[in-house]
Amino acid sequence: MDISIVSLLATLIVAATPILLAATGELIVEKSGVLNLGVEGMMIIGAICGFIAAVNTDSPLIGFIVAALAGAALSLLFAVLTQYLLANQVASGLALTLFGLGLSALLGHRYSGIRPPSSPKMEWFGMAELPVVGPIFFNHDMMVYFSIFLVLMVWVFLKFTRGGLVLRAVGENHDAAHALGYKVIRIRILAIMFGGACAGMGGAYLSLVRVPQWTEGMTAGAGWIALAIVVFASWKPWRLILGAYLFGGVTILQLNLQANGFDMPVSYLSMAPYLVTIVVLVIMSSDRTRASLNAPASLGKIFHASS
Amino acid sequence: MIRLEPRTNPSQAMIILTPILAVLATMVVGGILFVTLGKNPFEAIRMIFWDPLLGEHAFYYRGQILVKAAPLIMIALGLSFGFRAGIWNIGAEGQFIMGAVIGGATGLALYPLNSFIVFPLMIVMGALGGFLWAMIPAFLKIRFNANEILVSLMLVYVAFNFLIGMVTGPLRNPDGFNFPESRSFQDFPAAHNPELWAGTGIHLGVLSTLGFVILAYIMITRHIFGFNVRLAGQAPRAAKFAGVSPNKMIAICLGLSGALAGMAGLFEVTGPAGKLTTTFPLGYGFTAIIVAFLGRLHPIGILLAGLLMAVTYVGGDIIQSQLSLPKASIQVFQGMLLFFLLAVDVLVNFRLRISKRNSK
Repeated sequence: MDISIVSLLATLIVAATPILLAATGELIVEKSGVLNLGVEGMMIIGAICGFIAAVNTDSPLIGFIVAALAGAALSLLFAVLTQYLLANQVASGLALTLFGLGLSALLGHRYSGIRPPSSPKMEWFGMAELPVVGPIFFNHDMMVYFSIFLVLMVWVFLKFTRGGLVLRAVGENHDAAHALGYKVIRIRILAIMFGGACAGMGGAYLSLVRVPQWTEGMTAGAGWIALAIVVFASWKPWRLILGAYLFGGVTILQLNLQANGFDMPVSYLSMAPYLVTIVVLVIMSSDRTRASLNAPASLGKIFHASS
Repeated sequence: MIRLEPRTNPSQAMIILTPILAVLATMVVGGILFVTLGKNPFEAIRMIFWDPLLGEHAFYYRGQILVKAAPLIMIALGLSFGFRAGIWNIGAEGQFIMGAVIGGATGLALYPLNSFIVFPLMIVMGALGGFLWAMIPAFLKIRFNANEILVSLMLVYVAFNFLIGMVTGPLRNPDGFNFPESRSFQDFPAAHNPELWAGTGIHLGVLSTLGFVILAYIMITRHIFGFNVRLAGQAPRAAKFAGVSPNKMIAICLGLSGALAGMAGLFEVTGPAGKLTTTFPLGYGFTAIIVAFLGRLHPIGILLAGLLMAVTYVGGDIIQSQLSLPKASIQVFQGMLLFFLLAVDVLVNFRLRISKRNSK
């Protein structure tokens, strides 16, 4: 078998980035006490809207911006349903996913088979030429570094800023936060839209860099895996990177095994990322007390101010 | 300023009215969608809702409606119990696939045995396949506290890959041309699920679905199990004190929905689909979630919602061929329906109060 560790690690990072972006957004959403199961739908809408924008303007950057806006716009539907109309969050999230999958197929039916403009690599003063470290860390496009920067920003926001404290308060106990005068609904809507924007960018990374082209249903469960990675990370930002890269590693490893004619039908190898996700989920959830300590206490609960 | 005021009791009128409101809202917004696609909205809406039932070629479409409604209703019935109890099996698509593969494989293993026992055995194995597939998230939830939503959904992708592995491997038609598909069940009378009366679309699965609707109705309204399910959903603590074991509830609800989804898969693959192929799963497992909610998780409601959803499927085929619209437009339509339903649902438990801003 011919698998180079260096190229494996470099592609691993690319495979992990869409999920890392989506999971970072969902972390903020869940920290505010909202469970949005529509990540898959927002990702695929981001994938197609970003793709259309990038192809028509010939600019990947505009593609990512449009994808973020599209993801946020779709998440606003979820926000209105769950925050103003007090709909069940699980059902609304599922609706978002089903709707997003349909709408993306409708928007994208004339865009399959086109190649998007390629995203330029970041310039790190020639550090990409370094042996081993260069190709792994310094030979990627902008979004890879942006996704890590985003995790850093989210960590700083949650840990060191007043805004982060308020967000966490809303997620832990919305009644207490409301009594203190915080605008629970407004904060949650902002969090949901941030989550939508991140998921949209993650989707666009799939269609613009990772694959790169548009096919119907191309997210193939990536949004759901992002949800699982938030659980894996115990709602701690830095662990998202670990989770996403672990998942990226499994995906890349099975793809490499496929390409190298490993003696196992392709379809069974393709199960690997999903099976690993289940295993990881089981390990992280099995300690009930720890799991419930980490999860935001108001997660998934409906808030309706009595006055 | 519009304000929401909680009702003391859920409005019975609204429980029945809101699905109708949601359908009307979907027609209006869907019409706007068709305008943006450059089509005549009235024509499109007529093709989706009217032509399949009472149009010129309705005699053909009506059978199709039953064929598509049966699996949707059967799966949604199973899901409704879990949804009532707050147990979210959203992997019915995977259980549907596993039922079809396991049940289908049982039949194919017995080829060409022409015995009356083959088909009943396949039904049992199909239900068992779906049941066991659903027991994975149930077990992981009970034993390891793993979220059943995520696990059951991941298993959809695993099941789909398993299906591909089977039809390109052990279950590939040995007399075929190396296509990734199984032997056709039509050429194997003992394992075939034929149309019972030509042109009606009615096969054994359709009849069983009717039976299950009645059974589910009795379960939910007359049987202690139905009461416990409702109790566990509305007051989990009270249910615990009443001796309803949450773990048992998880196992029963997931197992029941899995078995029904698996059986639906078996009827589908041996009847309308005809053989196992990689394109055989059509997303019924996901659409059934919409059906369950649209039907208010009530057996009679699900029956009506399943028929309505089947009409939109058939109508979707009509607009696809006659207005050359992409297949996905009907998916958008169905997603929208669920959105509107969730949105107007607020009227069941709340009433709108219009008050002046300064009175606040």
